[in-house]
Parts: sequence; C-alpha cells; structure tokens
Amino acid sequence: MKHVIIGAGPAGIVAAETIRKLDADATIVVVGDEPEPPYSRMAIPYLLTRSIGEQGTYLRKQDDHFRQVGIEVVVDRVASVNPGTRSLLLADGPGMQYDTLLVASGSTPILPPVPGIGGDRVTSCWTLEDARRIAAGIRPGSSVVLIGAGFIGCIILEALVSSGARLTVVEMGNRMVPRMLDETCGTLLEKWCNSNGITVMTGSQVEAVEDQGDSALVRISGGRSVEAQLVISAAGVRANAGFLEGAGVDLSDGAVVIDEYMCSSVSGIYAAGDVACGRDFSTGEYSVQAIQPTAVEHGRLAANNMVKHGSVTHQGSMVMNVLDTIGLISASYGQWDGVAGGDSATLEDRENYRYLQLQFEGDRLIGANTLGMTQHIGVLRGLVQGRFSLGAWKDRLKDNPLLIMEAYLAVTQGTG
Amino acid sequence: MLRSLTIDPDKCTGCLQCEMACSYENEGVFNPAKSRIKVFTFHDEGRFVPYTCTQCDEAWCLHACPVDAIRMNRETGAMEVSDSVCVGCKVCTIACPFGTVNYNQDTGKVIKCDLCGGDPKCASACPTAAITYVDADATGLDKMRAWAARTDNAASASN
Ligand SMILES: Cc1cc2nc3c(=O)[nH]c(=O)nc-3n(C[C@H](O)[C@H](O)[C@H](O)COP(=O)(O)OP(=O)(O)OC[C@H]3O[C@@H](n4cnc5c(N)ncnc54)[C@H](O)[C@@H]3O)c2cc1C
Ligand code: SF4
Repeated sequence: MKHVIIGAGPAGIVAAETIRKLDADATIVVVGDEPEPPYSRMAIPYLLTRSIGEQGTYLRKQDDHFRQVGIEVVVDRVASVNPGTRSLLLADGPGMQYDTLLVASGSTPILPPVPGIGGDRVTSCWTLEDARRIAAGIRPGSSVVLIGAGFIGCIILEALVSSGARLTVVEMGNRMVPRMLDETCGTLLEKWCNSNGITVMTGSQVEAVEDQGDSALVRISGGRSVEAQLVISAAGVRANAGFLEGAGVDLSDGAVVIDEYMCSSVSGIYAAGDVACGRDFSTGEYSVQAIQPTAVEHGRLAANNMVKHGSVTHQGSMVMNVLDTIGLISASYGQWDGVAGGDSATLEDRENYRYLQLQFEGDRLIGANTLGMTQHIGVLRGLVQGRFSLGAWKDRLKDNPLLIMEAYLAVTQGTG
Repeated sequence: MLRSLTIDPDKCTGCLQCEMACSYENEGVFNPAKSRIKVFTFHDEGRFVPYTCTQCDEAWCLHACPVDAIRMNRETGAMEVSDSVCVGCKVCTIACPFGTVNYNQDTGKVIKCDLCGGDPKCASACPTAAITYVDADATGLDKMRAWAARTDNAASASN
C-alpha cells in the first residue's frame, strides 16, 4: 500500500507515524511545501521570545527521525489531485500515485480587505518565515499594531510584548477572544491587558494602512490612527484545498467535509486537521476547529482508517484552548457558552483576575471557562468528555465551582 | 514487569506525608502546593483521596505536546516531561482529562508525576500503605484505566 499525505504539519506527521506503527511494510510519503523540517506553528510564539531556536519548533527533534521510521518527506507543493487515476501532480517534481491520500494541508491566513494591507510593513504570524520577519522587525520600543484578538492574535500577543513592542490590538468583536471566552472573562482579559500597558481597542476595525516610508499609519474606525513599525494581521484563515478543484471532493466553506472515518466524499481521500471540517464532540455538528489537539486526533484516526477503512470511528473532537496573556492564564472547553435550557455556575473575583464558569446540561458538565487558574484544569475535559452524571455533585459545584477535582473523583471512583 | 502506583483511599488518613515527600524530591522544598500527588479531602464524608497521574496508555499529554517534550520512559512506563524541550504552551495541561499535568508559573514549564525514576517517594513516605508501588497488573489500576478509556474518542484506535 502506498499512502500519500499532503502537508507536513502535526496532522500529517502524526498520521504518517501512526500508519507506520500499524503497517511496517507500507510506503509512506509526506509532501509538504514549507522548506523547513516538519514543525509546529504552536511553538512560534516561543521562537519570537527567543526561548527556543528554530530547531525547538520541530515536531521531531532527531535529525534523521523520518528516514529511520521509513517516512519519505518531500518538499514540494501538490498542484492537483485526480481521484480517477489515484494520482497527483506536484508543482516541481514528477507526478505521484497513491492508494490512499490524506489531505492535511492546513490553512492560510487571510488579510482583511482594506487599502494598503498588502504593504511591506504588514505580515501574518503563521509560518517560520513570518516569524523571522517579525523577529527582525521588532526592536525594543517598536510600535506594533495587531489586527484581531481572536485565539491566534492573543496567543502571539504575549510574545510581541515580551519582544519589547508597544502594542495596539484592534478587534472587531466586543471583547477579546469572543469565540473562546464569555463576556465577563473576555472583558477581564482586556482590562488586564490595558493595565499591562497594551492598548486594546475592541469593537474597532482597521480601515487603512498608509505607507509613510519608515513607518505605517494605521487608520482605525472612530477617526483614530496609530503609527506603527509593524502591522501583524491575525484576522482569520482559509482552508488550503484549492488543489482539490475538479476532484469532486465536497467542501464546506472551503474545508474538506469528512465522515466518521475521516474520509471525504471521495473514496480513498481522507482529511485531517485545520483543512478538515469534522465532527464536534459537543454539538455533533461539523466545523473546522483549527486547534492542535484536534489536528493530532484527526491525524491518528485518519491513519487507522487509511490502513483499514472502517476500523475506527470518530466520535467528534472537543474544542479546548488555553492562553497565557502576560501571565494571566485562561482556558475554555466545549460549550462554554452554554445551551438553551442549561444551567451554570460561576465564581468571580474580578479584583484578582480570577474567574471560573461551568456550564451544565441536566446534571452533566458540557463546557467551562477559566481565568487565573493553573491547577487541575484538565479534569474539566475529563468531566465533559466522559459525559459523567454529576448527581448530587452538581449542586455542590454550583455552591463552589472550585470543587472540580473532588467532583471528578466522586463520580468516577465512587469516593465521597 | 512495569510497576505502577496503586492508591487505596480507604487507608489514607490525610497526613500529607506523600505531598511533602514529593515536593521535597522534585522541588527541593517541603511544600504540598508543589507536590505532584495531591490528597483531596471530602469533608462531609470524612474521606481523603490521594490522586496523581496513572501514566495512562492513552497518554493524552504526550500526544498533545507540539514539540515532543513528553516521552515515555521505557524502564518505568512513566510519561516524562523534558524541561529543556518544553516551551510551556500548557496544551498538555488542558488535554490531560485527569487534571494531573499542571503548569508551574515560576519555571514556565509543566510538572507531572514521573514515578521518581522508578522509586516513587510518595509510596515510601506513606505510613499506612495507602500508596504502594506494585506490578502494573495489580488490582485497582484497571479501574482507573477504564475511566481513562471513557474519555477516549475511539477506544479501538491504535496510536
Ligand atoms: C502562531 C500560532 C500559534 C498557535 N498556537 C496554538 C495553540 O496554542 N494551541 C492550539 O491548539 N493551536 C494553536 N495554533 C493552531 C495550530 O498550530 C494548528 O491548529 C495546527 O498547526 C494544525 O495542524 P495541521 O497539520 O492541520 O496544519 P498545518 O500545521 O498548517 O500544516 C499544514 C502544512 O501543509 C502545507 N501545505 C498546504 N498546502 C499544500 C500543498 N498544496 N502541498 C503541500 N503542502 C501543503 C502547509 O504549508 C503546512 O506546512 C497556533 C497557530 C499559530 C499560527
Ligand atoms: S507545556 Fe511543555 S510539555 Fe506541555 S504540551 Fe506544551 S511544550 Fe509540551
């Protein structure tokens, strides 16, 4: 069997390695279009703060790891796929046959459509190449405008500040990370940023970027403007599935729709990670989750089905995020925004930037937001994903949401 | 034969010797707040439940890590965090469904039980044998593993 994987990010690499574990004889080829060895975008913030070098971002640290496990990594770009002949065309190299194909090509940032956005001082923060540009463009005291305070914007925010940037954040939504944190939590985070010297403009939009030679003038709604040496855009992404044009693969908003076997609408073509529109554990609906844990889970499950179709079913991946914003840690799980007819518990200590919010449906935990907590947060995943019936512990949690570990032990081990 | 920590909460008196021993071994201080094993108190029932990482087969933390900082020690079966590789992203702390990988703000890294390299100090410190270090197929562990499987998306998946 020959398995070809498009994309050398976490989804593709985990899939390749999983296939190898399941089938010692399979031919495995990973085609990735970035020049560096397979790396993790998630590590980019730590590269910007110089906590690690580029090598520290690599998914596997040993030089000849892929050769040793018998995975061929080809640097090239897939141009098109022909499911009829089970073959694909590369931009530079010769064509390639496959028995199964995994689309794990991730996504690409989109820049907001405003005048001047294509200028030299504007960049995304998505690849190692972007990271090099940003690192070279920031000096202590540089003024930097960050467009977008979504998850990606916020995850790089800390690195920009610790690189010495004077930061202005412009976010369209009414609060920071509106798709991860509830109103109270997002608002507290904004207050925290402001008190740490970051200018956060929520409910605002960048209207134009004007080149001024040695700086750019960023025009912001409400007649405001900020002069910046660097403008970083983190305003959304688009799935990389253009090469599937004509292949007959069903897409939703440009992403590959996959079934419970991670298979697309075309037999033999699977998808995983940021390019895949897969099942959500909480809602049962299909969406692009765009997070690393989901990419890895997709990759592992897809690999199982590529080796033996139907061997493993995907029950849905759970959305989970964690952010560190200049020392203030926030996290979210599942349906943190609750459901109709649901119930919730909150603990609020605004002064100390501590917040915990639990969402229930019946006597089950379905989601949570945390702020200022670092201990035992993971158990929230255990409670949500185990779909445990909390019984009497629901009321105890409503009295004191901090008892999450106790509740977990009680319902899983019958203690307490 | 791999060995594992087995916990019998019925025997625990809540003396916190395990937390002291753990924090001293791993952090050089007697400070239960820095312990990787934690004793939870159920006031109403008058019960104490020591709890730490089970080194589960699913190894959520290991798979979630974006930079391969968590590896299995083949001799002990423990998932160990390499501080020099860990970037402190905390994804393992939210991925572990047992809540037993925790972020340490002082070091910017995460901490979890590593079985003290095969000689877990909590077990030797426990005066009542509520915590023992025994053959991995001994009773008790299977039960915890069963709960671990419940979080698994696809229990039949190989990794
Ligand atoms: C700065 C930053 C920080 C992040 N932090 C977090 C975090 O803290 N937590 C979290 O959960 N997630 C985080 N993410 C998101 C996470 O990195 C992604 O969810 C993850 O990378 C998705 O993995 P993937 O393998 O699906 O795609 P990718 O990692 O994007 O890999 C896909 C690869 O395919 C290549 N490719 C595309 N088209 C082709 C083609 N035609 N031919 C060949 N190759 C192709 C791409 O160039 C890329 O190398 C972060 C992302 C960024 C940018
Ligand atoms: S915090 Fe460290 S060990 Fe945990 S996932 Fe991130 S890099 Fe890996």
